[in-house]
Amino acid sequence: MKNFEYFAPETTEEAIRLLDEHGEAAKPLAGGTDLLIFMRDQKITPDVIVDLKGINALSGIEELPDGSVQFGSLTPMQDLAVHPMMRERYPHFISSIREVGSIQVRNLATVGGNICNASPAADTPPTLLTLNAQVRLAGPRGERVIPLREFFVGPGQTALERDEVLTHVILPSPQPRSGGCYIKLANRQAMDIAFVGVSSYVVLDEDHTVVDARIALGAVAPTPLRVDAAETILQGQQLTKEVLSEAGEAAEAASRPITDHRASVEYRRMMVKVLTRRAVLRAAEKARNGNGR
Amino acid sequence: MDAKRWIQLTVNGEEHEVYVEPRRRLLDVLREDLGLTGTKEGCGTGDCGACTVILDGRLVNACLVFAISANGKSVETVEGLATDHLHPIQEAFIQHGGLQCGICTPGFLMSAKHLLNSNPNPTLDEVRFGLAGNLCRCTGYTKIYEAVLAAAKNMREET
Ligand code: FES
Ligand code: FES
Repeated sequence: MKNFEYFAPETTEEAIRLLDEHGEAAKPLAGGTDLLIFMRDQKITPDVIVDLKGINALSGIEELPDGSVQFGSLTPMQDLAVHPMMRERYPHFISSIREVGSIQVRNLATVGGNICNASPAADTPPTLLTLNAQVRLAGPRGERVIPLREFFVGPGQTALERDEVLTHVILPSPQPRSGGCYIKLANRQAMDIAFVGVSSYVVLDEDHTVVDARIALGAVAPTPLRVDAAETILQGQQLTKEVLSEAGEAAEAASRPITDHRASVEYRRMMVKVLTRRAVLRAAEKARNGNGR
Repeated sequence: MDAKRWIQLTVNGEEHEVYVEPRRRLLDVLREDLGLTGTKEGCGTGDCGACTVILDGRLVNACLVFAISANGKSVETVEGLATDHLHPIQEAFIQHGGLQCGICTPGFLMSAKHLLNSNPNPTLDEVRFGLAGNLCRCTGYTKIYEAVLAAAKNMREET
């Protein structure tokens, strides 16, 4: 591994100043579970590492006055996974987190890192997209809050400026009679990277008509993707076989997968269709039972 | 660029000052600078768990942590398990044949210790979940799970 200069700022302001000062040469370090491997393999060779883990303000989980939940981007995934309020309110987000690595990895890995790496196959972004998550970005010109769906630009590319830090993720409070589901397809059941990920979030009314449906895909486009076309099809409908099939087809049409060593284009597209149906159905079941949003 | 720094690590209760290059991983410093070669490197990519240690109470892969990021923290490694006699988990691994070549064993022991700390009476499923970040290529998992369940029982009876 190439050597580098190491800084461990204690405040976000200091981190921003360091990133600003060192420009292209610097790389922020979150959990390190991806970055250390990239550096070891010399795929990334920064001259300066700005370690964000020591900034206390970037860790922790809190409820905001409007009922939404805000957590620090550097909060270890494991802390979110065992947090009673998070488990109660956002179970499909917690199950997405539990798809990431092992306990050892989740004790290091952070949602901020998972988002900022912008891997199209990452496990948490599709679910965060279905929750209408927002991200708080801090930089030398101040702070801004943007919807997560505007954050992803391309593989490894985001709306984050070089001297900005993603400080928090905000999750709106879940609606009554809502349910969510994340389905990951990978070669192994644990410790593997998705070749298709589908996340869904469904809100029903008393007659089980869809009031709101959100669907997001992972690993089948240059970025994690919300599929509006499929969502519109479900809106105001009963979840009949036909409606579900139509939504599955719309999701398939919106996907733009590639062939690689994990799976082929054809297989990925087919699975998008099947898993979209399945994810919506499971989310709706949970919404009906009122036992898992 | 001489970016070397003095860092302070408490390892198995003992304080150490080490002069490290930032690029060195906690795994390297434990093995090479402190001579604690019980912690193994299997993959170096966070997949196998052979390098598992407990860092400030958290189970982590030492191959994914820069030593310099662990400055001021406390680390438990497999060397800290036995006192005058072997730890009950180690005894159980021997008794139940929970190891063959042994390279995965230190990692399994640390994961098992961490699991039993928070859950002294785990079900088989909880053991499997708690050890899911550790791979073994020769023993197979059944004997390892049996060993951990037996250790849990012994430890409960001891106290
Ligand atoms: S060597 Fe660290 S997980 Fe394999
Ligand atoms: S005993 Fe050989 S890898 Fe587990």
